[in-house]
Amino acid sequence: MQAFKTRNILILAAILAILVILPFGAGSYVLGVLTTAFYFAVFAMSWDLLFGYAGEVNFGPTFLIGLGAYGAGIGNALLGMPLPIAVLFGTAAAVIGGVALAIPALKLSGPYLGLITLVAVLLLQQAIVIFAGVSGGEIGLSVPSVLSISSKINYAYALIFMIISGAILLTIARSSLGMILQAAGQDRVAAAALGFDVTRHKILAFAVSAFFSGLAGALLVFYLGTASVNAVVDLAIGIRVIIAAVMGGRRTIIGGAIGAIFLIVAAELLRPLGQLSSFVVALMALGVIMFFPDGLLGMIAARRRS
Amino acid sequence: MKEATPRLVVEGLSKRFGGLVAVKSLDFSLYGGEILGLIGPNGSGKSTAMQMVMGVVKPTAGRILLDGVDQAGRPTHQIARAGVGLVFQHARPLRLQTVLQNILLGLLPDSLTRLRPPPGALDRAREIATLCGLDKVLDRTPASLPFADLRRMEMAKVMARDPRVVLVDEPFAGLARDEVEDFAALIRAFRDQGRAVMLVDHNVKSIAALADRVLALYLGEKIAEGTPDHVMRDETVRRVYIGGAIETHERPEAEINAHQVLLDVADLSVFYGKAQALDQISLKVHQGEFVSVVGLNGAGKTSLFNAMSGLVPHQGTISWDGEIRRKADPAAIARAGLVQCAETRELLGTMSVADNLDLAAQRLPVAEQKSRQDWLFGLFPILKSRRAQQARTLSGGEQQMLAIARALMMKPRLLILDEPTLGLAPVILAQLSDALRVLRETTDITLLLGEQNITFALPHADRVYLIEHGRLVWQGTPARFAEEAGKNYL
Repeated sequence: MQAFKTRNILILAAILAILVILPFGAGSYVLGVLTTAFYFAVFAMSWDLLFGYAGEVNFGPTFLIGLGAYGAGIGNALLGMPLPIAVLFGTAAAVIGGVALAIPALKLSGPYLGLITLVAVLLLQQAIVIFAGVSGGEIGLSVPSVLSISSKINYAYALIFMIISGAILLTIARSSLGMILQAAGQDRVAAAALGFDVTRHKILAFAVSAFFSGLAGALLVFYLGTASVNAVVDLAIGIRVIIAAVMGGRRTIIGGAIGAIFLIVAAELLRPLGQLSSFVVALMALGVIMFFPDGLLGMIAARRRS
Repeated sequence: MKEATPRLVVEGLSKRFGGLVAVKSLDFSLYGGEILGLIGPNGSGKSTAMQMVMGVVKPTAGRILLDGVDQAGRPTHQIARAGVGLVFQHARPLRLQTVLQNILLGLLPDSLTRLRPPPGALDRAREIATLCGLDKVLDRTPASLPFADLRRMEMAKVMARDPRVVLVDEPFAGLARDEVEDFAALIRAFRDQGRAVMLVDHNVKSIAALADRVLALYLGEKIAEGTPDHVMRDETVRRVYIGGAIETHERPEAEINAHQVLLDVADLSVFYGKAQALDQISLKVHQGEFVSVVGLNGAGKTSLFNAMSGLVPHQGTISWDGEIRRKADPAAIARAGLVQCAETRELLGTMSVADNLDLAAQRLPVAEQKSRQDWLFGLFPILKSRRAQQARTLSGGEQQMLAIARALMMKPRLLILDEPTLGLAPVILAQLSDALRVLRETTDITLLLGEQNITFALPHADRVYLIEHGRLVWQGTPARFAEEAGKNYL
């Protein structure tokens, strides 16, 4: 067991080392693809904390991401906030929005929380279109500030951000707090009977998930230079986040990052196939989820065992 | 030793679910250092009462005083922190964590900011594991444990909370005989540590050796209280579990055996995950026969019927009409004529009585649908007057009649009735009993009745099987039952 863990850490360190030295060899196109993938990785890892640990399916990860992205965009473009303040502003918007949604939703049981999160995305999308004067509507909202114009520095920001977020989420997931979250996710009544305030723990999980989703969304806006519905709010984006997390391996945190990077890199590699590329990627995701419900990480673990 | 003042006092505790009164003004006390058994047949309200004490279900009225402080209606986690623990019958453990970590969970504070267990908690978890006999499986995950160890782990989690009041839901369900003694010892240890222990179970028998005091519930009300012996001998309790005087009308064995065997079950075992519900049951039902399977709630009757209906996987063979069944397809089994009227009735609550019946008649020609409906309305006249009413608004007795009528609508060759008397008043039982007599005397439908109530199960039966703890312990004619098996039934 211990040897297995040490080996995992070594493999992870090797992958990270490759990612760190990559900017010295790869072109800006490759770096650009990976930069987006790293932000996606944070989306998927945050989602996994909520689903894999707290046991709540959030069908609308882009509600949180979108609040972060548009909060930051509006703060920067309309309210004249400097970039760091705008990022904090967007993150705060995501946390407040996430908790405001979670408090009433967690009172409901069964599939209703999932449905509410789904509706929340649609509402946000509609609000952005309706208040086009503020949000830029369907065209998108351009922000005056950018993180950097250098692809290498943007890459470094995203990589560092992903590593720090992953480390924090993993620490929470593996801590005694994470254990209580899992207990609540597995069996709500049994966890309460052990003296844990299940609702409060789930709201905290929602807040943490919202924090990292919102922060990643805000940073992504200043990397892309615009906030647009297609990039950060659309349901299809949310579904990709969910697929990435499930495909990488539920209840692992790291699996979310692996799944997200895999999905985005695969889509780029298959780009020559044209329209077919997204079809092929979806097919691969379907295959992994159907035959390896524990995701890519589960698949590797199973192969090791045999 | 039993303390002088009660630790838990329940006063006037009531729970209504819509029109149904599950618990009616219940009073009882529980002392530190004693084991109280709360018993009652299915539907008696015992589980609801337990859930109200734990705060899982909110009481409609009444007080639950723990050391003098009213806990009624407070959320579960607050009641838990006030000192009440519940050993669940089926809890879902942490699957990725080891046994040790699962126990550690019980030692964690309810804090949003602490990322590490309190100092000393890991050692304490090891200690508790040893007390519960889990020291050899500390580093295994729950999925790899046998059922008895999973139950031990649930005990250990509760012990970790150091509760002043411990509730144990069906302490011995699913355990093998030799494991029962181990478990009883663990529960006695709870008592000997000075905790107040309440066991919730179907019957006195399984907890008689363990409980200091027993309280029997029926239809939400207390019917008896006292030592296990006293409650077992109590007239009301015996009437609820066994019924009144037993009459029998079996047909001659030779006449029954002349018919071919319709259903032949051999060495049937059923497992739910790791818990064994049935252990190698064999039984035969002849064409036209009326067979009763009796046994207390939890004995395994429903598992047996569900295996026959193809609803749960099983080991062993089931032969229908002389042919061994290869595939368990519930719909095909029902179409072949084996129809079960489930304990849970499974009515379509928002549909009317007539619609419930029509749905079951879909496969019959229109003319036959009508004549069959008329016949059923003759059998249960009350349904005719209720034909346009929504099924969920019917009384319990009417719902049971509709469930039986719906099963009969499917033209069964073998009708399985699982615990039709569940939660019904005596006057309704008489009506149901009449209907069974009519079925036996005027139709060629073969009947298999599962019952806890002996007085209801025996009068029409030709043969009886007695099941205890998943095993077949007696079979014979109803006339011999009272003498050979009746005494030890409760």
